[in-house]
Amino acid sequence: MSKRKVKDSHLPVGECITEVQSILRERLCCNLHPDKPEEIEAQHKHLLELLKRTVIHGESNSVLIVAPRGAGKTMLLKCVLRDLLQEKEAEKSLLQVHLNGLLQTDDRIALKEITRQLHLENVVGDKVFGSFAENLAFLLEALKKGDRSSSRPVLFILDEFDLFAHHKNQTLLYNLFDVAQSAQAPIAVVGLTCRLDVLELLEKRVKSRFSHRQIHLLSTLTFCQYVQRVQTQLSLPENFPDKKFGQEWNKSITTLCKDASVEEVLRRHFNTSKDFRSMHALLMLCLSRVSVSKPVLKPADVLEASKLRFADAKGNMLHGLSILELCLIIAMKHLNDVYEDEPFNLQMVHNEFKKFLQRKSNSMYNFEQPVIMKAFEHLQQLELIRPVDSSTAKIQKEYQLMRLMLNHSQIMEALQKYPQCPTDVKQWAKSAFA
Amino acid sequence: NMKYFSRLRVRRVYKWLGEPTFNRKLKTYEYGSLAINVDGLPKTTIINVGQHILIEGDDEDHPYVAKVIRLFADESGKRKKVCVQWFVRVSEVPLNKLKQLGREPHPQEIFFYQGRSCDDEVNAESILRPVQVVHVEAEAKFPVIKDEDTLFVKLSWDSKTFKVVDSSLVGPVLSTPPLPSPLPHPSSRRALPTPDPLIMARACSGEVRRSRVCMSAGKVGSLEAESLHSATKLSASKCLSAKRRSASARTPGVRKKLELNSPEKTTQGDIQGQQLDEKLDSEMMLAQRLSSSPPRMEPLPHCLTPLRSGHRALASPLSHRLTPLRKSHRADVVEADVPNSSVLTPKRRNSTPRRNSTTRGQKAATPSQKKEGRTSREPALAVLAEVDNENSPMLPVAATPRSSKRKSAQLVSLRIRKQLNLLDCQLYLNSDGEDEDEFVPSKKELRSSSEDEEEEDEELDSDEDVVSKKRRNAAGLRTPRSKQKSGSSARTPRKTPNKRITPSTPRTPRHATPSIPSRSLPARQPSNALEEARTRLHVSSVPESLPCREQEFQDIYSFVESKVIDGTGGCMYISGVPGTGKTATVHEVMRCLQHAAEVDEIPSFTFIEINGMKMTDPHQAYVQILQKLTGQKATADHAAALLEKRFSNPAPRKESTVLLVDELDLLWTRKQNVMYNLFDWPTRRHARLVVLTIANTMDLPERIMINRVASRLGLTRMSFQPYTFKQLQQIIMSRLNKVKAFEEDALQLVSRKVAALSGDARRCLDICRRATEICEHSAAAPSTARLVGMGHVMEALNEMFSSTYVTAIKYASVQEQLFLRAVIAEFRRRGLEEATFQQVFVQHQALCRVEGLQPISVSEGLAVCQRLGACRLLLLESSRLGVLLRVRLNVSQDDVLYALKAE
Repeated sequence: MSKRKVKDSHLPVGECITEVQSILRERLCCNLHPDKPEEIEAQHKHLLELLKRTVIHGESNSVLIVAPRGAGKTMLLKCVLRDLLQEKEAEKSLLQVHLNGLLQTDDRIALKEITRQLHLENVVGDKVFGSFAENLAFLLEALKKGDRSSSRPVLFILDEFDLFAHHKNQTLLYNLFDVAQSAQAPIAVVGLTCRLDVLELLEKRVKSRFSHRQIHLLSTLTFCQYVQRVQTQLSLPENFPDKKFGQEWNKSITTLCKDASVEEVLRRHFNTSKDFRSMHALLMLCLSRVSVSKPVLKPADVLEASKLRFADAKGNMLHGLSILELCLIIAMKHLNDVYEDEPFNLQMVHNEFKKFLQRKSNSMYNFEQPVIMKAFEHLQQLELIRPVDSSTAKIQKEYQLMRLMLNHSQIMEALQKYPQCPTDVKQWAKSAFA
Repeated sequence: NMKYFSRLRVRRVYKWLGEPTFNRKLKTYEYGSLAINVDGLPKTTIINVGQHILIEGDDEDHPYVAKVIRLFADESGKRKKVCVQWFVRVSEVPLNKLKQLGREPHPQEIFFYQGRSCDDEVNAESILRPVQVVHVEAEAKFPVIKDEDTLFVKLSWDSKTFKVVDSSLVGPVLSTPPLPSPLPHPSSRRALPTPDPLIMARACSGEVRRSRVCMSAGKVGSLEAESLHSATKLSASKCLSAKRRSASARTPGVRKKLELNSPEKTTQGDIQGQQLDEKLDSEMMLAQRLSSSPPRMEPLPHCLTPLRSGHRALASPLSHRLTPLRKSHRADVVEADVPNSSVLTPKRRNSTPRRNSTTRGQKAATPSQKKEGRTSREPALAVLAEVDNENSPMLPVAATPRSSKRKSAQLVSLRIRKQLNLLDCQLYLNSDGEDEDEFVPSKKELRSSSEDEEEEDEELDSDEDVVSKKRRNAAGLRTPRSKQKSGSSARTPRKTPNKRITPSTPRTPRHATPSIPSRSLPARQPSNALEEARTRLHVSSVPESLPCREQEFQDIYSFVESKVIDGTGGCMYISGVPGTGKTATVHEVMRCLQHAAEVDEIPSFTFIEINGMKMTDPHQAYVQILQKLTGQKATADHAAALLEKRFSNPAPRKESTVLLVDELDLLWTRKQNVMYNLFDWPTRRHARLVVLTIANTMDLPERIMINRVASRLGLTRMSFQPYTFKQLQQIIMSRLNKVKAFEEDALQLVSRKVAALSGDARRCLDICRRATEICEHSAAAPSTARLVGMGHVMEALNEMFSSTYVTAIKYASVQEQLFLRAVIAEFRRRGLEEATFQQVFVQHQALCRVEGLQPISVSEGLAVCQRLGACRLLLLESSRLGVLLRVRLNVSQDDVLYALKAE
């Protein structure tokens, strides 16, 4: 099908594919913001009105946007800001300060960042920026000097808001909210967080000064919408240079989404997580399987990509272990079965392993104690086992208590896939009692 | 020079002179005079009754001034005391009150103190030395005396207003303002300045670096006494100012005109200038010549003059050459300035770093002035040379006799000055303000010096008038003094030297404080009832009154008022949950008290406020208090020491201070010394400090304070109860103030709900505000005026108070919901509210099979678990533990089950 088409298209297939890749990758990776907020019109309106009042009327406000990860908090804010800046007044006067709790890990850094973003350092001239205390006094003075009607409104955006609540005394938050609640320069404080209990983090004085406005973004997405979204994300736009290729591609995407196996995979993803980011990650994996020699997306691609996405990290690591290490893991598993997840030490594991060896006549698995020790240490390095307490210095290594960080099912699955696993080892693993 | 003794902590010995007379009524021994001996010096200073003295105070450079009324010893005869009449220095008058003066105060001016809040009895040991105080008629000009120990009294000050003071109160009166003190060589006052074309040219070309070399070289040669250090400092400052000036003087057109119009080149000074002119391109040579010249008296004026006039030249190359007359006037003026600047120098040391660049020269000069004053016969010269590096237009050069005044030259010069003035005004916009001071001497300046040169003065005056008319009109003041004032307010270049100094009198060495830039379009005003209501309901809007806190208001008011009236100190502790109006009430009290102080019902006081949350460290409290009290900046330790001194020393004439400490609990330190000091200061006898502290918990003193702190805090406590629903309703009503935006029931619902939850007025207002928004949005057309009803309020309440956990669970993904179920199942199985991920995951796999879903891998399960943990539906251990991490629910099991069932 594909080869036939190559001949009557305007562009060679290679160029088409490059084009497809660039369009779709941009769409999936660059977090482009939709022109219209879908599903979240109410929240969009709420936030936009709120910020507009700050900008136009000089009314100070504070608001928190609370939603799980990947629900579109930043997207909402960016959309609102884009719409807000279309207002002439906003564009002219609004000052923005963007802070992120992961970057501004304490108030000192945050204050410097605020002063920098407000360009207040120009006013200070060549003055070397002073102590933390001076910075704070400086900023507060600046904000205090402003008033509702004449100062330019300042928008503070605190990403990962909950992390700011961990700063000492919550000084920054107190002061921001205090400014927002008093007749000083008009400011709007917008916090973004995924913690539902964020208000409980605020100190009572800080909490009292916060306006208690919260905007929740909860995904009401249904599976149909989810599949629809997959389809739109993969479809090529109307203005694709090669019309014919575009139409063919879109048609193939439509059929792809109707494919039963694909639908099953998508449902599985939908069940795990509704957020678009993980969907995009899946689609990226699919997309990377498209090449000149295979210029379409097939259901098999989606299945493969999904398999990659769902692969078990620890389980995969087991595939790379030596037989001895695998045996030790199995011995640990048996110990866990017998002693109900009680911790074990090397000596116990070794004994368990010896029991297995006693039943075997051949000396294939006869290892010296140091060798076993080394294998054990390797397992610890891979974090497949973990010491119960970290005080390693006192106890001899052989007797240090350990826990296995693998699930029963993970071990069994890994054994199935382990290349050329000896049958007796497999049987030993399956046997209820060694 | 006593100042320096005091600084060195020299021990003084005080002795009575004469026989005492016993005062039976007061049981004191009255004396007529007191002798002060300084250890190690033979000189004895005698203080008599009626004499003016300096008394040790906070500021070592500005001791207090007083007049001795009585000298006496107490009954035991051991303690020597002085009863005094106080005088207030300019720096002691609050800045805002100083404006009432309507003019720039003379730096040596003091005011007869008539305030009440002042102890007039001091220890005799605090007397430093006598001082000369001269009464000046209110309308008269300040006499020109170069002695810095002479102070002038014109007005009295009663901490509210200035009044003309009767001369009999002050004592020795100068019937007429003394004429400018005669110069060593009277003829030199007529001297033509010696403009130095060399320096002029340099200034124009901006060759500052080389000129600096020249200047400092000249200095070293001429003034041996001067230390190298101060010389370099001075030259650096000169260099700076020269640079600035050269920048402002760079107007080629004007310069050309100038050179064309300079007709007089016959005087000696000018000949010298010509000579220099020849060496126009070899400044280094000049420098050598100057430095090699032996330090005689004679060369001093010569080598100084070019330098100094060079400065002038930098400022105004034109006026320099062409206004010889003016310069000769200035020679007098300069002398008047000298003491001023030297008196003021210590104060200037506090000024901002920026300032320093211009003032350093003067500062550095002061000590040398003293030396010169003793060693040479021409102290004025030496002083001038350094002190007035910018100011002094010229030196009275001894050997430039010039008696003939050339009218033509004058006319030309006048014309040019006019041009210059105009030019200056323009230039001024871009320059620093201090630079142009000496472009044109102010009218007043001229007048003061012109008593013997009437004819020219008239001309000059008329000239000045033309230029300054506009400005003076703007100021609207016609008295001669007002000129100074108008000058400063309108930022004209024609400042008098006096005024030039006064800008630094504000002790606050602040930078231009930063501020948020102002917006181009003004903020819109509310357009309908709902918007109006919203504005009024915003927490920030200051209400006309504070309803429901009348009793608390009254208590705090009477507490502070009584302390202020009595001039004593005290502490008060105010507690209450957030949003109960603690800070607002105190602020309201302070507003009322300050108003009362303004209308003179109570003595005036200072109100300052600190907030524990607005500082980074408890010890910053000292810094902030000091800064707000005096404008000084200091480190925490230093500030603590200064405050300690301020509050513990018997300080005469001190206003009461009211200190509001908000969020007191954050000032807690392990040793509690910040709190200790805050509560200890008010107990000092002389502190006159009232401390109001605010915190949230009622039992804070008992809980966190150690005994000695809690004991000093005392038992004056007040607790703000949370508002009841009626009060909340009243608060909203009073804020709305007849703007009809709410239904009665809706208001009641809000206030009842909030009163039941917290009694936080902020919450109440926020909910109302949100309700107006909801109402506005739900309205079909924005124009239709609607009332906020129950429905809107309910919606707002739900938004703010409802828990979101349930909805969050409802909208979670299938696997997440399943995981929550698995958690509950595992909890039930184990009978514990905690389980490891491993255990839960087994349940999860089983549930998957029951639900007919494909079981998920461990990695995926962990991801699901972490997502639930991120939004805090679950509480998790660190993810490094992998399957071993322990899981707990952050919601009640019932909530989870309810949410899952409702689906």
